[in-house]
Amino acid sequence: MSELNQKAVAKYQNNFLKEVEERVEDGEWVSMCMQCGVCAGSCPLGPHWEHSPQKIFRMIMAGKRDEVLTSDSVWMCTSCYSCIVRCPRKLPITHIMHGIAHYAHRLDVAPKGQPTRELARVFWNNLIKTGRVNELKFSLAVYFKDGFSQGIKNLMSMQGIALGLVKAKRLNPMEIIGGHKCKDVGGIQKMLAKAKEIEDRRQGYSS
Amino acid sequence: MTASIATSQTILVVGGGISGMTAALEAAECGKQVILVERNATLGGRTALLYRYFPKMCHPTCGMEINLRRIKANRNVRVMTMTEVLDVKGLRGDYTVKLKLSPRYVNSNCTACGECAKAVDAEIDNPYEYNLAKTRAAYLPHNMAYPMHYVLDPSIIGTQDADKAKAACKYDAIELDMQEEVVEIKAGAIVWATGWKPYDAAKIQPYGYDRFANVITSVEFERLANPHGPTGGKLLRPSDGKEAKNIAFIQCAGSRDENHLRHCSRICCMASLKQTHYVREAYGDSAKSTIYYIDIRVIDRLEDFYLQVQQDPTVGFIKSKVAKIVEDKESNLVLHGVDTEGYHRYATTHDLVVLAVGMEPETNGIKLPDDILLDSSGFIEGSNLPAGIEGIYGAGAASSPLDVNRSVQSATAAALRAIQVVHKTSTVEGVR
Repeated sequence: MSELNQKAVAKYQNNFLKEVEERVEDGEWVSMCMQCGVCAGSCPLGPHWEHSPQKIFRMIMAGKRDEVLTSDSVWMCTSCYSCIVRCPRKLPITHIMHGIAHYAHRLDVAPKGQPTRELARVFWNNLIKTGRVNELKFSLAVYFKDGFSQGIKNLMSMQGIALGLVKAKRLNPMEIIGGHKCKDVGGIQKMLAKAKEIEDRRQGYSS
Repeated sequence: MTASIATSQTILVVGGGISGMTAALEAAECGKQVILVERNATLGGRTALLYRYFPKMCHPTCGMEINLRRIKANRNVRVMTMTEVLDVKGLRGDYTVKLKLSPRYVNSNCTACGECAKAVDAEIDNPYEYNLAKTRAAYLPHNMAYPMHYVLDPSIIGTQDADKAKAACKYDAIELDMQEEVVEIKAGAIVWATGWKPYDAAKIQPYGYDRFANVITSVEFERLANPHGPTGGKLLRPSDGKEAKNIAFIQCAGSRDENHLRHCSRICCMASLKQTHYVREAYGDSAKSTIYYIDIRVIDRLEDFYLQVQQDPTVGFIKSKVAKIVEDKESNLVLHGVDTEGYHRYATTHDLVVLAVGMEPETNGIKLPDDILLDSSGFIEGSNLPAGIEGIYGAGAASSPLDVNRSVQSATAAALRAIQVVHKTSTVEGVR
């Protein structure tokens, strides 16, 4: 269990609703849910997840901390906003789903290997290195995230598209060494570190 | 008492539905002079268009008849139909009210013989059937109409139809040169009882009221169930006229929704529970009603009615607000959603869907006196004036989403307040 997670458990004891209200983005809306189910019925990915939004909200109120934070469902949200538009009580459901996913990630209890989570992680690590997204390295990192042989298979299946992109000058093979970057890489990294510090303070992760 | 001296002893009641009729009668039977104005061609309002009342399942015509007899027997009430309030000026005890009288084109010679309707060819949507049926352009609003006079629709004035109607009338009751009039009256106190209208169901996009013929509203279902209605009391689907035996009722269609009406309309749960009786009475054990709800809100003694419907094996309850409706090839409707008791995803098919539409105050869309204070839904909350000098009172469904029973209570209370205004101010005038 991560240190952050242990601290959170110690701080909030069994009051998971309070934890969500204080630490999850837009978490203070959760207790407004009246369990009508319109969000679940309106979600285009509805049939694919285990916990519908209104079920997640009920689970939060019932204090089912582990089940909520390890749920795969909150990572399924594609931000189509159907739920927000239709919610009779105007809960910002999309934001809450992302907020829970983000919080679970910060505590390092989010489901391991969840594709959306992995993609986001690879994207972020790629971006913060130079301040620019290196698409070649990003693609390779995604292809090889499930091991070497799977990576080769992915590469072979995509080679036609890659060659086409190179021919159309949309993909530069030289990006593999260093690649383009923003003018002040040190500056942007300092900025991101500062932003993290502010966020940690605001969310109560640090004192 | 220096705030106001009554110069008028008259009480004006705006709106001739059950609340307005009640307020007018209560005041008139206390000896006060009352003017009752109604926008439509008949008194009775939306109550007269219902099939049955909950919880006793009696017919509104019964109460209507009693109230109409009281009105006919009372010299203190002056009824003005087809009349709208244009403007209210002045203060408690001394209001000047501008009224617009629309032409009926039929005078009081009318005996309601119906010869004019037979002579006229043009047809219009019948507003007293919620446009589910057509009526001739010379028509009697409904069987309990008061005054019991025909109306000519303005669309036929100047056409041959109007001349034919006039020629057919044996009583010289049709006056084609009637004009709109604006008159001013004085009043000491005003009861504002303009009632409610069903929320525009087409605005609830996922339910497809504007796209699917077999999605109807609860007020339309009342007309279908009524033997005097467009289907002669048979529960027939609008799309193909087949009997609808498997009927879904969707609660909170517009109500309790920040995107539509933010208030709970209070009556719709009981209305749908009541309407399951219509289905059962029509088909017996082969009937099937399913109520989709967030939670059933029936209050105090009405709970018994709910418990009794729960015992009916033909009625099912699904705790879920339906997310969307899709029409299949046979014009049946497939309801999609996720229930809250177990979070099961469902896609259920029904012959007919009845949306239990919310009550929108009729005050949305008409010009109100400046004194009136509305709540966030548009219901009359009170007066902008300091307590003790106000003279306009909301009554019935104009003040809150109320059923008939509670509208009558509310109207009686408003009448009592209005009586106090004219009584108190007149006493002061008499003594000093």
